[in-house]
Amino acid sequence: MGWNMSVTAISLQNLDVSYGTTKVVQGVNIEVAEGESFALVGESGSGKSTILRAIAGLAPDWTGAISVLGAARGHQVDRDFATRCQMVFQDPYGSLHPRKTVDAVLSEPLLVHGFGNRSARVAEMLAAVGLDQRFRFRFPHQLSGGQRQRVAIARALMLEPKVMLLDEPTSALDVSVQAEILNLLKKLRRQQGLTYLMVTHNLPVVSFMCDRMAIMQKGRVVEIAPATALHDGSFTDPYSQSLYAASGGNPDRKDQP
Amino acid sequence: MGTAKSWLLDDSPASRLQASLGRSYRMARMLMRNPLAVVGALILLTLLVTAAFAPWIAPYSPLGQDLGARLLPPSAAHWMGTDELGRDIFSRVVYGARITLMIVVLVAVIAAPLGLLIGAIAGYFGGWVDRLLMGLTDVFLSMPKLILALAFVAALGPGIENAIIAIAITSWPAYARIARAETLTFRNAEFIAATRLLGASHGRIIVRHVLPLCTSSMIVRVTLDMAGIILTAAGLGFLGLGAQPPLPEWGAMISRGRTFILDQWWVATMPGFAIIIVSLGFCFLGDGLRDVLDPKQGGKS
Repeated sequence: MGWNMSVTAISLQNLDVSYGTTKVVQGVNIEVAEGESFALVGESGSGKSTILRAIAGLAPDWTGAISVLGAARGHQVDRDFATRCQMVFQDPYGSLHPRKTVDAVLSEPLLVHGFGNRSARVAEMLAAVGLDQRFRFRFPHQLSGGQRQRVAIARALMLEPKVMLLDEPTSALDVSVQAEILNLLKKLRRQQGLTYLMVTHNLPVVSFMCDRMAIMQKGRVVEIAPATALHDGSFTDPYSQSLYAASGGNPDRKDQP
Repeated sequence: MGTAKSWLLDDSPASRLQASLGRSYRMARMLMRNPLAVVGALILLTLLVTAAFAPWIAPYSPLGQDLGARLLPPSAAHWMGTDELGRDIFSRVVYGARITLMIVVLVAVIAAPLGLLIGAIAGYFGGWVDRLLMGLTDVFLSMPKLILALAFVAALGPGIENAIIAIAITSWPAYARIARAETLTFRNAEFIAATRLLGASHGRIIVRHVLPLCTSSMIVRVTLDMAGIILTAAGLGFLGLGAQPPLPEWGAMISRGRTFILDQWWVATMPGFAIIIVSLGFCFLGDGLRDVLDPKQGGKS
């Protein structure tokens, strides 16, 4: 399987997702190429996270078609899918088991899938996400928010997935720590050839991390634009333009308010 | 000592064992700061030691009769007096510790895991599983404990084993309720979702991820309930449906002493004291454990 931009990592066709009787996402069509980093942008409640949850199998009530790395997704969480696609959650305080050490958290995916050589793999992964070995047997309450998010990223990478779903991975962190985590994610993507589908409401993050983005409003994708649109403001949809203007225009140009 | 302590309190433990030992050590230290909990722990330690070394502690046989020494008041020879068959009450109370301990341990071993599992399954799956299991729990919960235990003993026949089974069957619903309530608070938490995404089965999530979070409140509740369990066992013994004579069960001893309660008060009072002290011990320790283990308190200290 050669590295080829034309291979589709994630394909969503006509995706509708509901929670109970409310439709949260309607008619979404997105193609993410392998190795690409794609952002879902929009205000709160626009259905960005719901799309990730539907892909992961946590929001099973959807219609349409989802396929990941060429394989169609079922409506439930499944074991084989776990080795191809993993998710990092927004809140590192809620996504780690409060009574398990970092070591236990990272060993769990290996135990579930019966992988051997666990101790060495855990040590290796800690190094890969930039955590010192002395954190290995600490509990989550002995770690800072940024360290916890590194553990959560490490857990997602333990099974060596090719596709990562990132649900606002930095929005619960301090600004200084956000940059560290974003750099880490960027480095990991380059090193391991990962595909990212990332939810964020932070346009500077998009221009730093992503190749393309889909702008969402009220459960629909209003525009799919390249990240370069954040530099030249070449958005076509009025809502995207207002979002771009609200974020202060070009995030890299400091002379704008 | 100093190095052992710093090893236990190390912020960056070097192994799984050190991390969990360090956590236990911190808890034990917190428990030690609570004087009532220490009193409770000492009482239960005494109960354990008494039960373990009963033959060496008791000056007489608990069953040996001496009709010449009937109903003697407490004295240097018989610290707690003797009963209507001339048996030394102190020796019987000491041997009774074994029976009490057996009841408590067996009920805890049967009822707590059963309730824990049922509650966690109901809370984790929700929907019709929850309604079915909680309906069953409500049926058991709506019946008075002692009456239900009585019914079971009546059906199974009197005896200490059947009393234990009856008490266990009547005490799991409370644990199921707690475990369910606890599970509901984190069933939608992201760490559970993340574990599911790793491909872990429901069974694995319940056993390895849900249950460990329910156990601390369960330990507290079981310890606090121990007093009630001892009292129920004593109640069954008192009604003649628990331990059968000549077993020195405390409830049954009180029941025998009832006949002489006006003239020979010590026959019923001494085992009564034993029940009160052990029940108090469990309550004190339970209160102390709650302060240490309760997750809502955990962050403060």
